[in-house]
Amino acid sequence: MKFRKAIEKFSESILFASSTVTTIAVLFIVFFLFKSGMGLFSASPLEDGYALAVNASNPVKQLTSRQIKDIFNGDVTNWKEVGGSDDAIQLFTIDELSSNYTEEQLGASLEHIPACVNDYVSKNKGVFAFFEKRFLDKSFSGRMVKVPNITLAEFLNGREWYPTATPVAQFGVLPLILGTLWVTFLAILIAIPVGLITAIYLAEIAGDRMRRFLKPVIELLAGIPSIVYGFFGLVVIVPFLQQLFNLPVGETALAGSLVLAIMALPTIITIAEDAIRSAPVSLKEASLALGASHWQSLSRVVIPYAKSGILAAFILGIGRAIGETMAVLLVTGNAATMPSSVLEPVRTIPATIAGELGEAPFGGTHFKALFALGIILFIITFVFNTLVEVIKSKKSS
Amino acid sequence: MKKSVVTLFLAISLLIPVVTNAQKVVCKIKGSDTCLPLSQRFAEIYNKNNAGSGISVVGGGSGVGIAALLSGTTDIAQSSRKMKMDEKLKLQEGGKSVKEVIIAYDALAIIVHPSNPVSQLTREQLEGIFTGKLTNWKDVGGPDLKIIVYSRETSSGTYDFIKEHVMNKKNFTASALMMAATGAVVQSVSQTKGAIGYVGLAYVEKEVKALKVSYDKGKTYVAPNVSTAMSRKYPVTRPLYYYFTNTVEAKVKPLVSFILSKDGQNIVLAEGFVPLS
Repeated sequence: MKFRKAIEKFSESILFASSTVTTIAVLFIVFFLFKSGMGLFSASPLEDGYALAVNASNPVKQLTSRQIKDIFNGDVTNWKEVGGSDDAIQLFTIDELSSNYTEEQLGASLEHIPACVNDYVSKNKGVFAFFEKRFLDKSFSGRMVKVPNITLAEFLNGREWYPTATPVAQFGVLPLILGTLWVTFLAILIAIPVGLITAIYLAEIAGDRMRRFLKPVIELLAGIPSIVYGFFGLVVIVPFLQQLFNLPVGETALAGSLVLAIMALPTIITIAEDAIRSAPVSLKEASLALGASHWQSLSRVVIPYAKSGILAAFILGIGRAIGETMAVLLVTGNAATMPSSVLEPVRTIPATIAGELGEAPFGGTHFKALFALGIILFIITFVFNTLVEVIKSKKSS
Repeated sequence: MKKSVVTLFLAISLLIPVVTNAQKVVCKIKGSDTCLPLSQRFAEIYNKNNAGSGISVVGGGSGVGIAALLSGTTDIAQSSRKMKMDEKLKLQEGGKSVKEVIIAYDALAIIVHPSNPVSQLTREQLEGIFTGKLTNWKDVGGPDLKIIVYSRETSSGTYDFIKEHVMNKKNFTASALMMAATGAVVQSVSQTKGAIGYVGLAYVEKEVKALKVSYDKGKTYVAPNVSTAMSRKYPVTRPLYYYFTNTVEAKVKPLVSFILSKDGQNIVLAEGFVPLS
C-alpha cells in the first residue's frame, strides 16, 4: 500500500516536471522571438559602422530610408526632389577617391583617406557621401544625414522588401503578409471542399475494406517531408500551370496553394472523419426510422452534429498550411511584389524567414527584421488557435 | 626472432603517430553552402592523408559561419562574400583580429532557356534586365517575350556579388523571383522560356544556356568556362574566403597551406571551381 502510494507520487511528480519543462521551453521561445523581433524598432536601417554625409551648405538634414534608396538607385537625381536646393546629387563612395586624388594625396598606407573625404565633401555642393565611420575626419566639415529608425507603421505598410540594400535596407512587409494570406486562403478554398467530401465518403459511404485501405494511405501523406512536396510542385505542378494558363512563369500563388492544399488534406480528412463517425448511431437510426433517406439524415442530422469537429479540422489543417516553409519556398517564386493575381509570383513570410535567416549577420537589423516577421506569423497562428478553442468551447456549452 | 618482429612492429606503430602528428589538424569549418562541397572534399582528403586529423565541415550560410566565428563555436568560417563591416567591428570588440584567405574562385554564369536565341549580353544590358528597366527580350535583340528574372535570396553571397559587380550596386527589380537554392534556379530557368538567372559555373548543365558577357560595352564577349575564368578574361568571377581568428592561426595553418598547394588547387579544379593560379 505504502509502496503504491510512493509510485503514484513519483509518477505525479514526473508528469508535473515534464509539463513544467514544456511550458518553460515554449515561454522561452516566445520570449526570445519577441525580444529579437522588437529590437528592430530601435534599430537604424543604416548599416552599423557607416555614415551618410552632405555638404555643410545643404539644407537637407534628414532623409527617409526610401528617399536614400531612390537616390542610390539613380531614380532621384536632384536635391530639390527631396526638399533641398536645386542642385544635382553627386554620389560619393570611397571607390571614387582614387579617380579624384593622387596616390600621394591619399598617403602611402592610405592614412589620408579621412582628410580626402573631408576635402571632397566640403568642395562639392551637391555631394551625398556614403563611407565607413573610420574614415570620418576629426575636423569633418560636412553634415551627417540622419536616418530615422524603423517604425512599426513603416514596417507594416512598407511595400518594398530589400533587406540587404546598401546604404539603407528597406523593410516593408505588406507584400509578404498579403502573399502569405493569399496563398493560405486559396489553399483553404481548395482543401476544405475536397477534404470534407473525402471525410464524408470515408465515414459514411465507403465500405469497410475500402476504408481500411484509404485511411492509412491518407495518413501516410502527412509523414512525407515537406521539401518532397515542394520539389514535386516545382517539377510537376509549376510546368503544368504554366502550360494550362499559358503563363510566362509557372511559379505562382496558385502553385503554392495547390501544394499546401495537398499537405493540409491529411489533417483535415482524419479529424473531420473522426468527428463525423463520433455522431451517435442512435441519432442516425432515429432519422432513418422517421423515413429520411440516407443522404437526408447525413446532411441534416450527422453533419450538423459533427459541425464543430469539422470546423476544428479545417482550422488545424490551415494552421499546418500557414506556417509551412520549404514547400512554398520552392513553388511560389518568392518575388516580393504586391500580389495582384493568383497567377503571379508571391512571397510568403515563412519562406522569407527560411530563405534568409541562414545568411543574415547574427544580431543585425536584417536578423531582427526576420524575427519581427516571426512575430507576425506567431500572431496569425495564435488567432487561428484561439478560433479552435472558441469553437470547441461552443460545442461543450 | 619473434620478439624482434614484435618490437619492430611496436616501434613502427609508435612512430606513425609521431610522424603524422605534425600535420594533424582538428578543427571545424562552418558557413557558406557554395563552399560546402569544396571544403568537404578538402576535409575528406586531408583527414585520409593525415592520420589523427578531424576536420568537420558544416554548411548553413555565410552569415551563419561568420556568426559562429564571432561566438567562437567554429575555427574557420567559410564565406562566399567578403566579411561585412559590422561583423568585423564585432570581432574587434571581442579583442580578436581576423585573417582572410582566398581559397578559390567561383565564376558566375548568366543562364537563359536553351531555346532563347540571345547568346550574349553586355554588363549594361544585364544591369537593365536585373533592375527591371528592360522587361522584354526584344529590347536586347531577342524575340518578343517577357523577361523573367530568377535571382538567389537577398542574403546569399552570390546575390551580393551580382548586385555589386554586375548591377553597379543598384537593387534587383521587386518582381525578381527569389530562389532558395542554386539547383532551383537551374530547374526553373530550364522550364521557363523567358527566364534569365545566374549560377556558379559548376552548376551549368545542358538544360540551360550560359551567355557570353561583355564588360567593355560590347567590344569583346567572353564565354564562361574554367580557362577564361582562370585567365581573368571572364569578368563575373568572385573569390571564396576562409576566415579565422589569429588565436587559431597556428592550428589551421597546415590545412590552409594544403589547400593553397598544387594538390589542393587540383581538388578545386576537379570540383568545378576555379583555382587561384
